[in-house]
Amino acid sequence: MIEIDGLTKRYGDKAAVDDLSFVVEPGVVTGFLGPNGAGKSTTMRLIAGLDRPTSGRVRVNGKFYPGAAAPMAELGILLDARSVHPGLSARNNLLALARTAGIGRRRVDEVIELAGLAEVAGTRAGGFSLGMGQRLGVAAALLGQPRTVVLDEPVNGLDPDGVRWIRLLLKSLADEGRTVFVSSHLMSEMAQTATRLVVLGRGKLITEASVEDFTNHAAAGGGVLVRTPETVRLGQVLAAPGVTVVNDGTDVIRVSGTTAEQIGAAAWQAHLPVYELTPTHASLEEAFMQVTRDSIEYHAGATR
Amino acid sequence: MSAAVVQAPTMASAPSLAPATVAGPVSQARVVRAEWTKLRGLRSTWWCGLSAVVLIVGLGAAIAEGGAPYKVTAANTAAMGISDSLLGLLFAQLMLGVVGVLAFSGEYGTGMIRATLAVVPSRLPVLWAKLIVLACLVLPVTLLCAVADFFTAAALESARGGSVLLLTEPGVLRTVVGSSLYLTVVVIIALALGGLLRKTAAGLAVFTAVFFVVPIVVGALPHSIQRFAAYLPSNAGGALWGNPLSTGSLLSPWTGFAVLCGYAVVLTAAAAWRLRRHDA
Repeated sequence: MIEIDGLTKRYGDKAAVDDLSFVVEPGVVTGFLGPNGAGKSTTMRLIAGLDRPTSGRVRVNGKFYPGAAAPMAELGILLDARSVHPGLSARNNLLALARTAGIGRRRVDEVIELAGLAEVAGTRAGGFSLGMGQRLGVAAALLGQPRTVVLDEPVNGLDPDGVRWIRLLLKSLADEGRTVFVSSHLMSEMAQTATRLVVLGRGKLITEASVEDFTNHAAAGGGVLVRTPETVRLGQVLAAPGVTVVNDGTDVIRVSGTTAEQIGAAAWQAHLPVYELTPTHASLEEAFMQVTRDSIEYHAGATR
Repeated sequence: MSAAVVQAPTMASAPSLAPATVAGPVSQARVVRAEWTKLRGLRSTWWCGLSAVVLIVGLGAAIAEGGAPYKVTAANTAAMGISDSLLGLLFAQLMLGVVGVLAFSGEYGTGMIRATLAVVPSRLPVLWAKLIVLACLVLPVTLLCAVADFFTAAALESARGGSVLLLTEPGVLRTVVGSSLYLTVVVIIALALGGLLRKTAAGLAVFTAVFFVVPIVVGALPHSIQRFAAYLPSNAGGALWGNPLSTGSLLSPWTGFAVLCGYAVVLTAAAAWRLRRHDA
């Protein structure tokens, strides 16, 4: 479990993370979303104790992480930037971390195998591709079988095979009762992997919701595309509180606030021809853009 | 292989028991092993170490072989003869300085420091471990080099008709052992500079300036300033092994060494403070 309470981190007078509070529960995958520069990586560095908060506090599994007796049993972390030594082999990179917790070579070889790095384990990490570097970083995060796993953009640079591997891995970690907190800018990826979402914009918490709620919210923001020669009359027929009709083409209107079934029925009753009736679900991507855009506008307004 | 494990139902219920872990508590001894794994795994360690060995012993032999056979007199003691043959130490000092600075700055430069400090979040054990590993590597290796250098030089000198140089003569043992102590403290200073400055270029520049440039420049300064030259790290430490290139009046051997250790303590304390207080 990760508990974040009133967390603020300032660099100079810029707040990278601003009064952030949320809880990441064990047993499910929690996605951490936000545009670039939203403060996701800073938050993760604060969780690992690499940066010191300006104010507020972070608890990992109920404890102050830098004071943990067995840190590798508590937290495993993959940071976005490369954090391996290019002059050391993959195995030695992992072994150097493992030694601090008395973890032996067997476990090191195990995570090397798990990450699909067996063939390059003896190669210096400096020659690794971005994808291999990511696999090595994930292997390092898993070394100690930690109760809490924090991964910053783990699918970055991974091929489809690697993406699938990460997705299954995250789920299995959560199923084992571990806390899994993973950031991504790929909303579609999160929709398939995460159960809960924490959305960040400009260092502030925008929303904390289940993926389901977030997607429903997104669907509500979608609408139905209707192609008809009678755009004006159909618009009049559909007019009702909460229903908006936008004419975005010569013979196409976008209707939101009602369903395709209702539009079809209304058009039939009014004897209006309809050539096409397509429900469009705003993707998670769009919903995300929408909520973060709101926050950016709010901030721009607040600072004048 | 992992796929089989994870074809599990997607609706997971969180077990109330803490999941299994293989990680034990962090300890100073474990962090020392970790740092040894890093140092041992880097090619630069081996290249710099090998160069240091070759330069100390090889250059010592070349010096003993060159010039007139060394005759011990009241003005030219046996210890001074050995100091001359240890001149390769100055090269070794540069090589070991690189190893020392890189042991810390290399981690900042590559980003590995974040992985290191994430698994040792109390941080200070990392500094102590680096210090212990470097000292435990440099002290015996340079001691062996100095002893080898002594026997090589002594054998060559007597073969050429010079004086017989014995370990038992005044100051000879101190010079031999002192050269190794000197290099060990120098590598600790280099390590502290790497940790304090975090950048390899900055660490090496400062190290080179302090140990190679400043001692020469000071010689050209007014006498009022030259009085302090004896307190420069290279001159203070040079008093212990009789650095033949030290200029001006010197401190007594062990006072000089104490001053050198003083620099190491202050710089290590500063590096500890920065490691502890600043964001990684």
